[in-house]
Amino acid sequence: MAQASLDAKPAAQPTRFERAFKDAFIAALVMLGLSVPILALRAEQNMSNEVILIPRPWLVVICCLIVFVGRLLLGLFVFNRAPGAKPLVETPSAVKTAWAKFAPYAAQVGLGAIIAYPLVALYLGGPQGAIKWIDNFGIQILIYIMLGWGLNIVVGLAGLLDLGYVAFYAVGAYSYALIATKVIPATFPDLGVWAFWICLPVAGILAAMWGVILGFPVLRLRGDYLAIVTLAFGEIIRLVLINWVDFSGGYAGISSIPRPSFFGIPFNASESGFAARFGLEFSPIYRTIFLYYVILVLALVTAFVTIRLRRLPVGRAWEALREDEIACRSLGINTVSTKLTAFATGALFGGFAGAFFAARQGFISPESFVFLESAQILAIVVLGGMGSLFGVVIASIALVGGIEILRELDFLKAIFGSDFDPTQYRMLIFGLAMVLMMLWKPRGLISHREPTVFLKERKSISGSLVQEGHG
Amino acid sequence: MTTPLLKVEHLTMRFGGLTAIGDLSFEAHSGQITALIGPNGAGKTTVFNCITGFYKPTEGMITLTQPDGQKLLLERLPGHDINWKGRVARTFQNIRLFGGMTLLENLLVAQHNVLMNASGLSILGIFGARSYKRAEKEAIELAEYWLEKTGLIDRADDAAADLPYGDQRRLEIARAMCTQPLLLCLDEPAAGLNPRESLLLNDLLISICREHKTSILLIEHDMSVVMQISDHVVVLDYGRKIADGPPDAVKNDPKVIAAYLGVEDDEVEKTEAEIATIAAHAKGDAR
Repeated sequence: MAQASLDAKPAAQPTRFERAFKDAFIAALVMLGLSVPILALRAEQNMSNEVILIPRPWLVVICCLIVFVGRLLLGLFVFNRAPGAKPLVETPSAVKTAWAKFAPYAAQVGLGAIIAYPLVALYLGGPQGAIKWIDNFGIQILIYIMLGWGLNIVVGLAGLLDLGYVAFYAVGAYSYALIATKVIPATFPDLGVWAFWICLPVAGILAAMWGVILGFPVLRLRGDYLAIVTLAFGEIIRLVLINWVDFSGGYAGISSIPRPSFFGIPFNASESGFAARFGLEFSPIYRTIFLYYVILVLALVTAFVTIRLRRLPVGRAWEALREDEIACRSLGINTVSTKLTAFATGALFGGFAGAFFAARQGFISPESFVFLESAQILAIVVLGGMGSLFGVVIASIALVGGIEILRELDFLKAIFGSDFDPTQYRMLIFGLAMVLMMLWKPRGLISHREPTVFLKERKSISGSLVQEGHG
Repeated sequence: MTTPLLKVEHLTMRFGGLTAIGDLSFEAHSGQITALIGPNGAGKTTVFNCITGFYKPTEGMITLTQPDGQKLLLERLPGHDINWKGRVARTFQNIRLFGGMTLLENLLVAQHNVLMNASGLSILGIFGARSYKRAEKEAIELAEYWLEKTGLIDRADDAAADLPYGDQRRLEIARAMCTQPLLLCLDEPAAGLNPRESLLLNDLLISICREHKTSILLIEHDMSVVMQISDHVVVLDYGRKIADGPPDAVKNDPKVIAAYLGVEDDEVEKTEAEIATIAAHAKGDAR
């Protein structure tokens, strides 16, 4: 068809439909070439262990048709669109105005939803069903939100690329585990029920101290070098935990870590336990709900401190450091101590999250603090948009919640067979999502920057003007 | 004769085998605009980097006299203290603003140390202490004053990177002035400005010098700026001082003309011989 019209009017340009049709046809041919060796024959063994080939011509036809139609639609509506053409999917103005009205309250509504979440889950799922939803989704996501907000101070605000953030998470977790299982029983056994509340600040301070200790030699490096050295420090901490068996238990880790108490009242089935005191029937759900609110408060403290610090001179100095370190120095800002405060503040929140993690799990081992964790936290910060608190929330829900959701997709087994496990595809999906993000929103979901102070009106600053920092 | 504000003595800066500045001595006086000129590669920016602590000089002494008579040796201070304790501010040849921050934020970052002390090293600030709020209000007022002065007040809430080039140059001067310096070092402030902007800049610099008791040390290629506003001119060539004096005297100095326009080889020899005799005389006088 394309050929015919070209013959008829040789001078005329091919129309868009003709171009798209031709393009789609070529793509379908490529698909045919690929699918014949890959899909057309299925090899199976029969009863006598002989290989038999089952031809599947319809599968090939269907695949080629999908490619053809998909490519045709792309060619017609997405590629080579005239500049200034209307967007493909135009947001109706009603939706836009509704969003404009809603946007200022988004934070409040989101916070309300997060606070109500465990109660809703309890109501919908009952005490048995709700544990999974509160623990695997709620608490897990909130831990990553908190870690993301902590790392956001270092990477997003100060522009220091830290690939070893999980080290501080590990320091926090091990500080709590070791103090609660060894130090407190040996010195003040009466304080056992208060262990979590005593150790939480200690774990944070120890992690911040390690942040300063690690930061001091590292911070004279910049950019790629800084990233590599922080990565190495993360690994060193993990390897020390594996190999110093007397101290940390090595691969075996530390088990039976005391769980947090309700401000002195333990969650157990005894007479003095939480359920008995409050006249409730014993159920593990109370502890889970309590843990949910503990991590929620910890995360909100992180957010509050970050928001406040951004408006203080130290926060502005972090952002200025990300923009231009040399100019900072010429304005009398001590760049070393400013970087160290960023490192220590980030590590402090990592330490809090680590102590909470140890208390929630009851068991920790070096396996939990591998580089992949650092990479995932960093991915959350980058995906959310560096420096944006709200972006980190969305990215955590998408990345952590998304992976958890994969476990729930049992209906896929009906389609792909009973041995299909969707969680095995998580790295594939993760990678694909990253590639799409780089194409669609290279600066993260929320890339614009909100100024910390204004004279007349607050104008957000386009992400393209904001520097990403050079370490 | 009053003590000079800035006294540079025998300043030498070597990078490996290259002597970027050789035995340079000059003075900048309080309440004056001192210009540092010279052909490209003469070492002017290197002198600036030594004064503002970005390089540690190989040899020499840079003394800054504070209003209370205290003398600070700038080459011994850590980089950031030169601005905070020494009260020397600078701008850069290739503008270095915090592009992703608003104009107002740029000027508040410049008042970092004052605000940091007021916020009790951030601890009082986190809890919203009233003393910090007051300090911040004063800082914003100072920033507003300088935005007014540089004609940028209407764009106070825009990103610095959004400004046109000339405005960025002025913002950098405003930012440096927000640190309330005794000495303001400007590295080619008129580069890339059109003649009208250049005239406005002259007025701004003169007003900074006269009204704010901030002395200015200026690197500039635009001779119209140098000759109109500077009280004192130091000429560098190949890292050495070849002339020093009021603008009119320097303008007619044969060595300066030779350095800028180039001369025949025999003339160079002749000039060198002259310099040698002058130097010999000078030594004789000194003894």
